[in-house]
Amino acid sequence: MLDYLLTEEQQMIRELARKVSLEKILPKREEWDESGEFPWEAIKAFADADLCGLYIPEELGGFGQSVLNFCIATEEISRVCGGVGVTFAASALGSAPILLFGSDEQKKKYMPDIAAGKKLAAFGLTEANAGSDAAGIETTARKEGEHYILNGTKQWITNGGEAETYTIIAMTDKKKGPRGASSFIVEKGTPGFTFGKKENKMGIRCSTTRELVFQDCKVHQSQLLGKEGMGFILAMRTLDLTRPGIGAQAVGIAQGALDEALKYSRERVQFGKPIATLQAVQHMMADMATQIEAARALVYSCARMIDAGSKNYTLPASEAKLFASDTAMKVTTDAVQILGGYGYMKEYPVEKMMRDAKITQIYEGTNQIQRNQIALSLIKQSASKKK
Amino acid sequence: MNIIVCIKQVPETTEVKINPETNTLIREGVPSIVNPFDENAVEAALKLREKHGGKITVITMGPPQAAEALKTTIAMGVDEVVLISDRAFAGSDTWATSYTLSQTIKKIGGFDLIICGKQAIDGDTAQVGPGIAEWLGIPQVTFAVKIEADGNKVRVERMLEEVNEAVETPLPAVITVVKQINEPRMPSLKGMMKAKKAEVKTFKAEDIQADPKNIGLNGSPTQVVKIFTPPPKSGGEVLNGDPNENTDKLLAKLKERKVI
Repeated sequence: MLDYLLTEEQQMIRELARKVSLEKILPKREEWDESGEFPWEAIKAFADADLCGLYIPEELGGFGQSVLNFCIATEEISRVCGGVGVTFAASALGSAPILLFGSDEQKKKYMPDIAAGKKLAAFGLTEANAGSDAAGIETTARKEGEHYILNGTKQWITNGGEAETYTIIAMTDKKKGPRGASSFIVEKGTPGFTFGKKENKMGIRCSTTRELVFQDCKVHQSQLLGKEGMGFILAMRTLDLTRPGIGAQAVGIAQGALDEALKYSRERVQFGKPIATLQAVQHMMADMATQIEAARALVYSCARMIDAGSKNYTLPASEAKLFASDTAMKVTTDAVQILGGYGYMKEYPVEKMMRDAKITQIYEGTNQIQRNQIALSLIKQSASKKK
Repeated sequence: MNIIVCIKQVPETTEVKINPETNTLIREGVPSIVNPFDENAVEAALKLREKHGGKITVITMGPPQAAEALKTTIAMGVDEVVLISDRAFAGSDTWATSYTLSQTIKKIGGFDLIICGKQAIDGDTAQVGPGIAEWLGIPQVTFAVKIEADGNKVRVERMLEEVNEAVETPLPAVITVVKQINEPRMPSLKGMMKAKKAEVKTFKAEDIQADPKNIGLNGSPTQVVKIFTPPPKSGGEVLNGDPNENTDKLLAKLKERKVI
């Protein structure tokens, strides 16, 4: 690995996240993938190890609000299991709107329990008819006295049902289009807020993905994040902030697949020698390693830029998510190829890694949306320059 | 409840290699860890502290690099650590080691309980814990699988071969624990940061008023004359062929040797 000049604290985070993942996740990985059981055991271990609050300021019980620290932990967890990795990361996604737009009161009320790993958070944006086109949101929030009445259904919400704290995007004024969206903190157990069935997925199977159903769900106005009409901006800013985390998840999954391919290639003997001595295999692994390192460098650089206080990171965040997730798909596919028939079997972990990798190209903005975003930024930049 | 836990730094392997010329363990290139049973001892102490409060002090005798083992226990959450390190201690057997540890424990003072792992995975003697109890003249309970403290006494379940034995003893006492007693916790990030910054207090021979006659190689009544790997078992007879015939052959042979 490149020397990223990590601090002692960051090296410790990597070492600890690796240790916890190997001891608490690895023995259960196959079972959780098969059964889809939610990895509470792993979350509990992260909580005990102080890993749940890496992106949360110290005064709110966290470890200092660092995107890079969070990315390092997410990468190491995903290196062992992408499903646990996304469960860990989705809590940050659900927390980001509160950290970005919440009042001091809201932060103090919700963040300490999340930082301590006692509660998980989730983010509710996607709907059946509002995926890439987030402006198509149909869930409504109608003002009634001191309350908002929420109605509608959110779809494919990671940590749905398991999380206690939800940040939800709903339309307070449909006529205004995207400017009519607002965001609310909704607690599990609020009357009128229920969950649909757990989805049966291709990969990241131990993570939960559920519908959030709101039927005349009454939420006090103190639960509004920011101001009415800021929901869409809040969602975009949230996703910009958390995209490096998806990049880190993808880097971790890819690294895990390369680890397996390397190990296997040194053990598997064909034509009288280990396949690691075959140039065809060597070149594949050399490409895999180079691509992973490039993806990691992009993710870490973007994370550092955010940590340094940069306000304009939409472009690098999209680039990091796009490149790292395309890398994860390619590297895991190649790992299956190197393991050959064995790679296709569930007895070896690379087929799971390939299934887990696919989602990173889809969620938190498909890679096509990332390309749109990147191109748009480029054109804007170019147009704003004087000739 | 103030607890002192005695630990040992050991090589991270069960396949220990021995230098045939010096009869000592080859430690080069082998990473060091806290003796696994001693991690159980630390965990047992942490659990007792959670319930009854008090302070945990971890001690070890060893070369300066044994401070790393002590730092591992700080990361797990203990309060204080002491390294007992002096060239004069080199070559200690279990008698001299338990003397040195007991002198340190006397020096620290104010303890209610001493917990050790049942044995170290390198020497495998299981003598140091009981030795400490003898030097201090206090009760010892070995192979503990459960510890319950109640005022100034403890109730301990000992894991024996066939049964568990419940024993009660007044405090202070020495308890050695088996691995079935608990699952040692992982370090936490806060603990690791604390460990990184921690200064490890070191006691030398004069700090613990050690009698030179009782420490190190000179204070050790046992001397290792030779360490060697015994030749693997050889000989025997393999019966090949039809299982029915083999059964008859086997029965005949067992009867012939009066085994059955």
